[in-house]
Amino acid sequence: MADTSTGALRRTLNLARPDDVYNAIVDAHRDLSDDQCRAFDARLILLLANHVGDEVLQEALVAARETMEET
Amino acid sequence: MSSYTYRHYPYHRPAELDGKSERRPVVIVGAGMAGPTLALALAQRGVASVVLDEDDTVSLGSRSICQAKHSLESWDRFGIASRMVEKGITWEQGELYLHDRPVFRFNLQPEPGHKFPAFVNLQQYYVEEYLYERCLAEPLVELRFRNKVVAITPSDEGVTVEVETPDGRYKLDADWLVACDGVRSTVRHLMDLPYPGEVFHDRFLIADIRLLSELPKERRFWFYPPFHPTNSVLLHRQADNVLRVDFQLGPDADPEEEKKPENIDRRLRQMFGPDARWEHEWTSVYTFTCRIMERFVHGRVIFAGDAAHVVSPFGARGGNGAIADVDNLAWKLAMVLGKTAPVSLLDSYCSERRAAAQENILNSTRSTDFITPKFAASRAFRDATLSLARDFPFARALINSGRLSVPTAQPGSPLDTADTDADWVRGPAPGCAMLDAPIGREGEGWLIDRLGPDFTVLTFSDYDSPVTEFPRGTTGVCIAGDGLARQRYDARPGTTYLVRPDRYVAARWRRFDGAAIAAAIGRATGNG
Repeated sequence: MADTSTGALRRTLNLARPDDVYNAIVDAHRDLSDDQCRAFDARLILLLANHVGDEVLQEALVAARETMEET
Repeated sequence: MSSYTYRHYPYHRPAELDGKSERRPVVIVGAGMAGPTLALALAQRGVASVVLDEDDTVSLGSRSICQAKHSLESWDRFGIASRMVEKGITWEQGELYLHDRPVFRFNLQPEPGHKFPAFVNLQQYYVEEYLYERCLAEPLVELRFRNKVVAITPSDEGVTVEVETPDGRYKLDADWLVACDGVRSTVRHLMDLPYPGEVFHDRFLIADIRLLSELPKERRFWFYPPFHPTNSVLLHRQADNVLRVDFQLGPDADPEEEKKPENIDRRLRQMFGPDARWEHEWTSVYTFTCRIMERFVHGRVIFAGDAAHVVSPFGARGGNGAIADVDNLAWKLAMVLGKTAPVSLLDSYCSERRAAAQENILNSTRSTDFITPKFAASRAFRDATLSLARDFPFARALINSGRLSVPTAQPGSPLDTADTDADWVRGPAPGCAMLDAPIGREGEGWLIDRLGPDFTVLTFSDYDSPVTEFPRGTTGVCIAGDGLARQRYDARPGTTYLVRPDRYVAARWRRFDGAAIAAAIGRATGNG
């Protein structure tokens, strides 16, 4: 992956309890339809985008897109 | 089929059949990994026990293969752990693959300076063989093979067990009965006790094989590999050049079809390629459940291991959880029998080990949900995590192919004395397992070797003023110097830890205070 980032986006772990966080995110989607999941994720992303700010978000958008080819 | 020779242990006609009956302090049902370990731990405290098993040989199949550090530390007290390490495969490295590409490697024990490694892979039948041998040499343990429990009559003061043998039935009276008889516990059924929990529907195939070509030495886990593109595969090495291959088959697989040797061979051929040769050792198609009993102590009947709680295999928490139960129970039961602690001390066995079992179930359920996502969004997050992991190290921490067994913390136990000094920055807090460390002038010894059979007082001093007086009935360990131990225990001169017989920390202080230690021991033994 071409590294064009300015390094604002953290790559290493920044969570004290990663398993708890991961499962909280997944569990928040339980019992939601596909459309509801999408609506939920949209809200979540916008909330987090506002929190992390322009620069980090720009890098995250690129990273999310570039790692897609591997799925 | 198996490279292991199953020996049949001798059955002896029980004396009770000839009218000689004697009340026993403890009868243990089940000679798996937990039962004999409990018998040996009780014997070390001078308590005699009888172990009943309906069979006359060790575990059929490799079953529980990952023996964790804390279990090895327990077995080391009977002198059999180094044999397990020698025979088994010590592994610390693992590698995770997505499709055909390695994503990352991991090391389970990045920290040196422990007597035992994080894990040794050794088939359950070897563990049981070494335990049986040790039991047969121990006068306080009587192993009775082909003795099947058929009825139980509990009373306020004890339990009467009815046992069936090749020579007929007899009755055995005991003060306490401990059921270590596995997930399908006969004792639990006879007492008609419920076993609530969750059933998982995904099927898995275990193929233990002896590969007659080059062996991978590390644990490998694949998501969507080319040789099994729809699911996951785990590969693990065991003693005698045996490999465990664990294929996730999905919920719709037909167990009868999957068990057929030609179908297993087809899967293995795709995995290992056209030139590989192997022999089959053992195969099993399984689903699993997570269950836990409401109470582990029912009057004079106590449940331990899989009989009391059962988890999925991800994380090696079944066998290792059972050994931790036994560690917790043995000293308490011995004290109750010796009348140095009230019967209510056993309530803490239930509360501490139930909390541990629930933590194990939570961990193993999370691993299961990661490996076999139950709904679309769960799968999407799982696959997103995998695809980020190669370039983004944070995502590796989220990949959950089994969080491997470490001693569970037991915070808030009524046996613990809470910290009163506020300046701890690390070190095992009350309710946490103690940590091993090299000690002695040249680092030639291990801290765990210095622990006594009962409570151990571990204190740190400078060279000029070592502590020599310890409370009665405790084993005292005074450490001067020893950088690593000092660091692990956040110690300075005066720092003192009270370690329980099961190697959990009960209390700690910044200065050595005999009265405080005595009070903490009182509390930790239900005498406070």
